[in-house]
Amino acid sequence: MRNPSRLHVPRTPARPGQAPDFSYVELSPAGAVARPEITAKSRDIGSLALELVRVLDDAHEAVGPWHPHLDEADLQIGLRHMLLTRFYDERMQRTQRAGKISFYMRSLGEEAVSVAQCMALRPADMLFPGYRNQGLHITRGIPLVELMCQLLSNTRDMCKGRQLPVMYHSRPGNIFSISGNLATQLPQAVGWAMAAAIKGEDHIASTWIGEGGSAEADFHHALLFASVYQAPVIINVVNNQWAISTFQGYAGGEQRSFAARGPGYGIAGIRVDGNDFLAVYAVTQWAAERARKGAGPTVIELVTYRAGPHSTSDDPTRYRAKDEPEHWPLGDPIERLKQHLIKLGAWTEARHQALSAELEATVVSSWKEAVTYGTLNEGPRLDPDLMFEDVFKEMPANLQKQRALMRAEKG
Amino acid sequence: MAQMNMVQALNSGMDVMLGRDPSVILMGEDIGYFGGVFRTTDGLQRKYGEHRVLDTPIAEGAIIGAAIGMAVNGLRPVAEIQFADYIYPGFDQIVSELARLRYRTAGEFYAPVTIRTPCGGGIRGGQTHSQSPEGIFTHVSGIKVIMPSNPYDAKGLLITAIEDDDPVVFFEPKRLYNGPFDGDPTKAAVPWSTHPKGEVPEGHFNVPFGKADVARSGGELTIITYGTMVFVAMLAAATAGVDAEIIDLRSLVPLDVDTICSSVKKTGRCVVAHEATRFSGFGAEILSVIQEECFWDLEAPIQRVAGWDTPYPHAFEWQYFPGPARVEAAIRSAMEPA
Repeated sequence: MRNPSRLHVPRTPARPGQAPDFSYVELSPAGAVARPEITAKSRDIGSLALELVRVLDDAHEAVGPWHPHLDEADLQIGLRHMLLTRFYDERMQRTQRAGKISFYMRSLGEEAVSVAQCMALRPADMLFPGYRNQGLHITRGIPLVELMCQLLSNTRDMCKGRQLPVMYHSRPGNIFSISGNLATQLPQAVGWAMAAAIKGEDHIASTWIGEGGSAEADFHHALLFASVYQAPVIINVVNNQWAISTFQGYAGGEQRSFAARGPGYGIAGIRVDGNDFLAVYAVTQWAAERARKGAGPTVIELVTYRAGPHSTSDDPTRYRAKDEPEHWPLGDPIERLKQHLIKLGAWTEARHQALSAELEATVVSSWKEAVTYGTLNEGPRLDPDLMFEDVFKEMPANLQKQRALMRAEKG
Repeated sequence: MAQMNMVQALNSGMDVMLGRDPSVILMGEDIGYFGGVFRTTDGLQRKYGEHRVLDTPIAEGAIIGAAIGMAVNGLRPVAEIQFADYIYPGFDQIVSELARLRYRTAGEFYAPVTIRTPCGGGIRGGQTHSQSPEGIFTHVSGIKVIMPSNPYDAKGLLITAIEDDDPVVFFEPKRLYNGPFDGDPTKAAVPWSTHPKGEVPEGHFNVPFGKADVARSGGELTIITYGTMVFVAMLAAATAGVDAEIIDLRSLVPLDVDTICSSVKKTGRCVVAHEATRFSGFGAEILSVIQEECFWDLEAPIQRVAGWDTPYPHAFEWQYFPGPARVEAAIRSAMEPA
């Protein structure tokens, strides 16, 4: 049927039944992108927002000016955190399927984003995550049991049963609360960074949003304030190609990269291979140093791929080509770092198997412990009285009255 | 004690807090160099510097979002939204974030943000510079909602708001900035210097939240109101010749149910008045509380006076405004024998 309208509708590369097509993803060869000085003016480095910073080449060698020259031990730690994130995700996905938790969101294929970025930041830097950044918690050493208890809304739930699963937070870990409303954390991260600057501290803030969520006004608010006040903040756009069923073109990625939003506001923008642990680390380290030196904020677009469903409530076979994940041109972040370590002579298949077995056992034993503190359906339960606490610092009379009424309902 | 109008009293409250607490900062559109479109922050940037009194871009969502982040990082931001009518771009940050942060993190994170915003009509502001949206915020769990009616309360309540660890939306009835306006626009303006509540201490003092003020004691009828309508109620009661007890709520959340109910139990007759639109307005909550707590003490149906359920029209401002005639008619209805 002929369509007389001149309205442009973004063309989704491949729907079910069609061949996967990632020809729209613009790639640069590993090592090809220049690394500017930390203090470079954003207007002089605009091309960084369009190129793709990559360190690992097809032969698993680290090449080019962005090579971060990390110790082998640090690379092994990175691999360990990514693997643990993946095993945790796999297990929690299955527990949701078994009806033990109500909801879950995996970060399958995107593990390098949280793990490498977190490792490039300092412990006192404040993180304002999105909902697919569990790797931040794992990298900051939050015990799996703590995360699992949140998923279970049990007696040790950090949120006291008030939040949907995966909406973690950690005050001691300097990881802010996940909202559930998209992009609200971005202007908050900028405000946090502004406060650090006002107080004369050298801590920085880093925040994450998907490319889909970057369509929200809060993303633009954050860039505006970050630019106006040159706040020490890193704004990360995790471009995993899909916002549930709409591909990144619907968030505005068809005409221009998400990193290029930065230069539009006078902020440095860098596009990086999000599945290249070394490149993600190097770019984050660059942006962090830039922020800490007072040279301004950075927008980092992490080009990656959501290899799994959006959440346990989602079925991607209904809207994207079935074998799309296997065709993603930037591979898998864990496999790539593993092969690099093997190439360096710092890793073997046998060590990988042993580490995998150890981490899987950690996940299993953590789960066994977590369920002893209660599940949704059985075991110890949170006291429903808790629902009336923390609305305000002190409970007002109307809530005290309602708490008494609820107790009476229980009989 | 000093003579202050409401703008000066608010300015003094912020001055006192900026001086006492280095974590207090002000932010908003035109508030710094210029001192605010209503002059409320006049001189404060000069005194405390550009890092503590921040001019911001015209982006209310960003102002409130950034204020939350600052508060999480140990500051006590006082954010001005230039008109209450402009607060809606920040609505999600207030409702979904500011109001719920303490709750959703079980107390681990909280954001002591005060949002100041001028509200109400009577200044020829049309439908985008006249609204009274307090009822939209009283419906949200987790924020305190305040509206003073005079300079003394304005300063004392603002200091309490800034010191409070919970978020506060602080409405300033802008028609009262310069004097106790009684709802008759044909009269000459009366300055605060003629009113005892224009006497304001220069230093630090608190007016507590959750405590209504009995603006006038009386025995025949209770008028429950706040903001601009306090003075309209005074005039209307005098015209009607009724010995009314006039309660100025000041604090809508938390609400002083005891003061409301003890007065209604005493008089048995009640008028509830606010400038905001009637349907689903905060007055409906007051009526409901009285019905639940004081039903057997009532001698007559409770009367409600409010703005009409239309946007605030520019050309028909005084036909829209719930002025003394509308309040007087309600008083007379409430005074009818059973």
